[in-house]
Amino acid sequence: MAKMTGKQMVVEALKREGVDVIFGFPGGAIIDFYDTLEKDGTIKHVLVRHEQGAAHAADGYARASGKVGVCVATSGPGATNTVTGIATASLDSIPIVVFTGQVPTALIGNDAFQEVDIVGITRPCTKHNYLVKDVKDLPQVLKEAFYIAKSGRPGPVLVDLPKDVQNGKAEFDYPEEIKLRSYNPVIEPHGKQIERAYRLIEKAKRPVIYAGGGVIISNAAKELRALAKTMHIPVTMTLMGLGGFPGTHELSLGMLGMHGTYCANMAMANSDLIIAVGARFDDRVTGKIEAFAPLAKIIHLDIDPTSIQKNVKVDVPIVGDCKRVLKKLLLAAKDAGRSSEAWMDQHHAWLEQLDTWKNRHPLTYKEEPGVIKPQNVIEKLYEMTKGRAIITTEVGQNQMWTAQFYKFDEPRTLLTSGGLGTMGYGLPAAIGAQMAFPDKLVVDVAGDGSIQMNIQEMATAMEQRLPVKIVILNNQFLGMVRQWQELFYDRRYAATEFEMTPDFVKLAEAYGAKGFRATKPEEVDDVLSKGLEAEGLTIMEFAIAREEGVFPMVPAGKPTTEMLLV
Amino acid sequence: MKHTLSVLVENTPGALSRITGLFSGRAFNIESLNVAATLDPSLSHITLVTRGDEFIIEQIIKQLRRLVDVFKVVDVSEGEFVEREMALIKVRAEEQSRAEILRICDIFRCKVVDVSPKSYTLEVTGPESKLKAVIELLRPIGIKEIIRTGNIAIMREKKTI
Ligand SMILES: Cc1cc2nc3c(=O)[nH]c(=O)nc-3n(C[C@H](O)[C@H](O)[C@H](O)COP(=O)(O)OP(=O)(O)OC[C@H]3O[C@@H](n4cnc5c(N)ncnc54)[C@H](O)[C@@H]3O)c2cc1C
Ligand SMILES: Cc1ncc(C[n+]2csc(CCOP(=O)(O)OP(=O)(O)O)c2C)c(N)n1
Ligand SMILES: [Mg+2]
Repeated sequence: MAKMTGKQMVVEALKREGVDVIFGFPGGAIIDFYDTLEKDGTIKHVLVRHEQGAAHAADGYARASGKVGVCVATSGPGATNTVTGIATASLDSIPIVVFTGQVPTALIGNDAFQEVDIVGITRPCTKHNYLVKDVKDLPQVLKEAFYIAKSGRPGPVLVDLPKDVQNGKAEFDYPEEIKLRSYNPVIEPHGKQIERAYRLIEKAKRPVIYAGGGVIISNAAKELRALAKTMHIPVTMTLMGLGGFPGTHELSLGMLGMHGTYCANMAMANSDLIIAVGARFDDRVTGKIEAFAPLAKIIHLDIDPTSIQKNVKVDVPIVGDCKRVLKKLLLAAKDAGRSSEAWMDQHHAWLEQLDTWKNRHPLTYKEEPGVIKPQNVIEKLYEMTKGRAIITTEVGQNQMWTAQFYKFDEPRTLLTSGGLGTMGYGLPAAIGAQMAFPDKLVVDVAGDGSIQMNIQEMATAMEQRLPVKIVILNNQFLGMVRQWQELFYDRRYAATEFEMTPDFVKLAEAYGAKGFRATKPEEVDDVLSKGLEAEGLTIMEFAIAREEGVFPMVPAGKPTTEMLLV
Repeated sequence: MKHTLSVLVENTPGALSRITGLFSGRAFNIESLNVAATLDPSLSHITLVTRGDEFIIEQIIKQLRRLVDVFKVVDVSEGEFVEREMALIKVRAEEQSRAEILRICDIFRCKVVDVSPKSYTLEVTGPESKLKAVIELLRPIGIKEIIRTGNIAIMREKKTI
């Protein structure tokens, strides 16, 4: 077998893994790899303006497409700049592979120029990581990196490549298949557990499906819909689960938790059986844990045993890929031969009760003459883009209003940083998503604070001619923090008001993009349609009600039934 | 409750720090830790003593198993097991206390592994309770230094990890 350099091996592995685009930023420790990439010329490289952007773009690419996202950075500051992006992917279980350059092996540990122990730094925020010390190990490491990133509960994997390893030569024996004795995610659920779960479902009078990001990760939306429809069981979703079940479906209760709907939180509190599907009982969802779902038995489907029984006691744990588990539950229902009518009869009263709650406090907001309401902007964005758009968000109120007022019917159409809550995620993620789907409409719903955290990626979008649309809900506040200050800190707005914000329209123009601004309600439609229809990158800025809040809201640490309503 | 976990890990450079990082990052505690080679050079064996209620221990075991480098985790304290710790104790040995030290040594089947005009160094092996007893008896005589290993444990009968 012909020998190959390490840098060639990386390029070759990318091709074999079906990677068509990578995001990155060069430097001395990775220049050799870049040289090979350029000479090879088959893999598209997107030059970002900050390595954090590269990691988020790879993540956005992965979330939108379901494939592994890849990014590249140099050693030292390049590598450390990716850390927030890696942690973001880690908390939301997103498969990305990060390649970093490293100083030559002989210099490691010497405080060499641009040396940083990135493997040490990222150990707690990667699923796994590698410092490759011998080019002979590289083919196996590359195969493992992709396999580990995407299998089981997905997550980020980092591969640190010392300069001499990139340039060293060895045989390239790329494994076709891989089997690791110490890493064997359980995919197939245990038959006994399916039976036990089915028996609980059969008896339940007030069941709720609590669907999370796992549904989207395992592409189980179809199975979930079938189960809910067959058994007439209502579905509530976490922020990460939105789109896993159609938001417009009559069985959808919308999002639950801190900013969830009244109905969803009441449903959880009164349910006698919660079927958690790929969700991890996050504190934003449970509120005060002792008061969470006090009447319910819990069935928990999750591929990662650590998610089960971490925060709440579970009656029937089922470890496995939730697509398979849902299929098996459906089969169990079929075998039992119970008719759709029988299920309906059993849940009829419950569904009526839910309707009452739905109608009592639907998601709403107060109109104010002359003032643009952010919720209204999102509603209109929804109407104008219905079903066509991939929406990314930044973090804060903009994110919550999007989650509440945009109805996501399809999986992989909402890309948002839920676990880490990373401001600055939305724009680079939109770039990644647009690279995956050049013909789809991709919109970043942003706050005026968050957008400034990775605003430099405007240049990346322009350079790649990506028609990303940015909606800025400008309240001249770090609104979400301001809302907490308003409610729990006697309105002392410590460090949350911006006395200066850039002129976003001019900023768009400075990057060669187009900018539109609405300051009055009657301008909203016009700005949205112009901004969405204009060619190329656009910013649509909306001067929104400055002190608007996100409601319902469950104050942190309170039971989820204690909601502050509009 | 105290639990003794037996962990087999891939013999790779980062494995140990992944495990200790897991404990510090998730606020689990480690009372003792022992790392050593196994018959299979590609695996290392870690004995780890930790404390927590059943939920915490369940999480600790699951989190350990989740690590890509971890091959196997067994809570040996769930069944019958034998555990051993070793201490090297340097104790002040004046004319009047030498006999006393040797008597303690005899009762607990310790070994004198080093002798100097002013001190004895004893080797004690046993479960933690035995080490504690020896240390308590030697303390009034004057312990100059103690070096202890972590706990190691093995399951009884036919079971192996
Ligand atoms: C400002 C702000 C406010 C927020 N407010 C809310 C709120 O009101 N409500 C809310 O819900 N969230 C809210 N969040 C998000 C919250 O922090 C969590 O990110 C979210 O609740 C977690 O969603 P999840 O439980 O679906 O878990 P995810 O993080 O999506 O985890 C997925 C789970 O599925 C499992 N899984 C993965 N793959 C599979 C598979 N193939 N098969 C089976 N299981 C699998 C994983 O092991 C994991 O347990 C907010 C975030 C921010 C930043
Ligand atoms: C990187 C980062 N720093 C700080 C925070 C804390 N934080 C959460 S929401 C928020 C306000 C965001 O402001 P803006 O983007 O204007 O959104 P708004 O809430 O006003 O819609 C802040 C500071 C965060 N989530 N991420
Ligand atoms: Mg704001």
